Amino acid sequence: MRRRNEFKEMNENIYSEVTVEMKGITKTFTGVVANYKVDFKAEAGKIHAVLGENGAGKTTLMNILYGIYQPDEGEIFVKGRRVKLKSPRDAINLGIGMVHQHFMLIPPHSVAENIVLGLKGSSFFYPAEKIKKKLLEISSKYGLEINPDAKVWQLSVGEQQRVEILKTLFRGSDILILDEPTSVLTPPETKNLFKTLKKMADEGKTIIFITHKLEEVMNVSDEVTVLREGKVVFTSETSKTNKKELAKEMVGREILFNSELGNGKFVKDRVSLEVEKISVLNDKGLLALKNVSFTVSEGEILGVAGVAGNGQKELVEAITGLRKVLKGKIKILGKDLTNKSPREIHGIGVSHIPEERVKTGIVPNLSVMENVVLRDYYHPPFSNGFFLNWKFIRAYTQNLVDQYRILTPNLNTPVKLLSGGNIQRIILAREISRHPKLIIASHPTYGLDIAATEHIHKLLREQKGKGAAVLLVSEDLDEIMSLSDRVIVLFRGEIIGEFKASEAKIEEIGLMMAGVKG
Amino acid sequence: MEVELIISVLKLTMEAGTPLLLGTLGEIYAERSGVLNLGVEGMMIMGAVTAFASTIYTGNPWVGVAAAAAVGGLMSLIHSFISITLKGNQIVSGLALTMFGLGLSGLIGKNYIGLTVRRINEFSIPALSKIPFLGPIIFQHDLLVYLSLALVPIMWFILFKTRIGINIRSVGENPAAADTLGVNVVLTRYLCVFTGGVLAGVAGAYLSLVYTPEWIEGMTAGKGWIVIALTIFSTWNPLNALVGAYLFGGIDAIQFNLQPLGIPVNVLKMLPYLMTIIVLLMVTRKTIRKKIGAPAALGIPYSREEK
Repeated sequence: MRRRNEFKEMNENIYSEVTVEMKGITKTFTGVVANYKVDFKAEAGKIHAVLGENGAGKTTLMNILYGIYQPDEGEIFVKGRRVKLKSPRDAINLGIGMVHQHFMLIPPHSVAENIVLGLKGSSFFYPAEKIKKKLLEISSKYGLEINPDAKVWQLSVGEQQRVEILKTLFRGSDILILDEPTSVLTPPETKNLFKTLKKMADEGKTIIFITHKLEEVMNVSDEVTVLREGKVVFTSETSKTNKKELAKEMVGREILFNSELGNGKFVKDRVSLEVEKISVLNDKGLLALKNVSFTVSEGEILGVAGVAGNGQKELVEAITGLRKVLKGKIKILGKDLTNKSPREIHGIGVSHIPEERVKTGIVPNLSVMENVVLRDYYHPPFSNGFFLNWKFIRAYTQNLVDQYRILTPNLNTPVKLLSGGNIQRIILAREISRHPKLIIASHPTYGLDIAATEHIHKLLREQKGKGAAVLLVSEDLDEIMSLSDRVIVLFRGEIIGEFKASEAKIEEIGLMMAGVKG
Repeated sequence: MEVELIISVLKLTMEAGTPLLLGTLGEIYAERSGVLNLGVEGMMIMGAVTAFASTIYTGNPWVGVAAAAAVGGLMSLIHSFISITLKGNQIVSGLALTMFGLGLSGLIGKNYIGLTVRRINEFSIPALSKIPFLGPIIFQHDLLVYLSLALVPIMWFILFKTRIGINIRSVGENPAAADTLGVNVVLTRYLCVFTGGVLAGVAGAYLSLVYTPEWIEGMTAGKGWIVIALTIFSTWNPLNALVGAYLFGGIDAIQFNLQPLGIPVNVLKMLPYLMTIIVLLMVTRKTIRKKIGAPAALGIPYSREEK
């Protein structure tokens, strides 16, 4: 009996070699615990999903494995050997590669130059030229087609990700870490990526990918580890668990999925936003919007679908007064507000939830209080025109922090120390608490975890219920379909299609996003 | 007569352009790696006084050049330490370096005012200097001119066609990316700023040993600032630096010949600075800046665990 057990163990070792083992990892950033006594194991030939909300410590843990951060405590074993990873170079030498959520690419350089950067044993002269042949070999082997001479800034996001993966393959990585790899991809690109990952796993590589999308975990991974508030709360073979259980572990309570919430629709005939044949330039001075017209009514959510860079950003900026409208008219609540100042537009009851929340939604170094009153600090009751009324601001902020479930050490904490979800809650608190008539929401849940997404969707629905018109710009088709009453699709600055959300098919919209007219 | 005048102006153009070229080549490397060094003026003038003083003592101008290079390099290390290691503000540190250099050089140079020095001899390249017209313009200079000319293609090649060059440019564009691939960001930046310092020092030596072989307080007269403008003007490309430096050198050289035409001296002397302002005005427009492609991480200290 004993003998048979031993034999079984031996056998298991052959087929499931543990290549990465992290034991008791603890890491703190200026008082915030990102990882606490985390144990993590990944095996060769398997795809291991690391699931968790934003701020759960997934990225920190993987950055430690890649040598970017040093753990305060804990041990790391790679391929059975205890290692100290002082820098990414150490990790690379051990065969670890990482594809970061925000790509680590040099946009003005060519694909080949990006791949050869920091490559050990590359030739001194003409290094980029000399790797082209091998690069093409690897790229065709894994179905990662790419032009080695193209400049990275010319590539689509999906292609840029291919460059990132090729970078790790070129370095002979057999342990590959991907941080939220699908957050920027279109559905077909996602499908391709997973095909490539499966192929790599079949070859015996260890694939670890960070995500907060349950769907992906269920579809692709062999094993899953759930992190919550910096700790491992759950780990299992994927086949032995399900979406509901994972969601519960991840959030720490039961979750309602969008589909279960239903979609209370009521559209009134009162138009809140009327966009009339507007044309707008982008940063490079090229036409970003060409004769775009649409309306949004009271109590209606209009979804704007499209791949990033097809004019969504410019549209939002034009409506909110941040970008000059070249031609056409923008009427809000019947008033012509074309090319008026953002403060004037806001004054009439327009709220703006901007994309790139850290860059444009908040002032990172200011406190929670200051960020909450950023729009209204200049008038009573927040100030008397010169002095700020801190007593009132504090009480007001405390009220919003409770109401919107903003997790912050205290009201004076600089906002930059909070997680993405909490930053977004601050923005929503600021924008929604004043009962807006029109809400311009740009990628409101981008990069957020389920709990925060659910919360934000609920808030938007509430506002809709109160009669606010909502313009929802998002790349997440599921989000658009579940929230919107109507959907328009932007492609190269033009509206290429319009649907009632209840009648639209997600595949059809997906095709339109790629420029195929319905 | 006419031809001789043209020859002498063009020859002078190259000489006036040489310190600008050396300085600009160095600053291009520093900025390509992401470090803005506004201390060029200070390093240059310290190079000038060091070169002059050490030539007086040793009688050998090449000792002067070497000493100037060393002093320029050392001064750049101050800037590197503050802006790379301590992650301080590069503008403040660079300005401080310039003020420090101007002040200290004045103090050191007090005893050398009015002295003369053995200047670096001209070295006519045997056959080439006999070519009519071009010969006397291009091939009858001192070795530093040839050195600066040789550096242009060499530094261009290193920057764009070698492994080190990719490292340098990447560190200046996206240091986090370079870091994750195992490139030593700190070392790369130190080396580039040091290169800039050495060349600024040599540029200073050229001023006090060749261009006006004496020591005058403040003799760089803003050439360090012209270098900063030229770095932008050349779009951080060593080949363009050659054009820019000689263009500005030409403006300098032509002054002496326009004087007899009745244009006031002060207006003529203003020209290089006027050009500098125009260049800087041109490139401060954000759109233009994006087009000419300034290194994306220029002026931003890199720290790995910054959140």
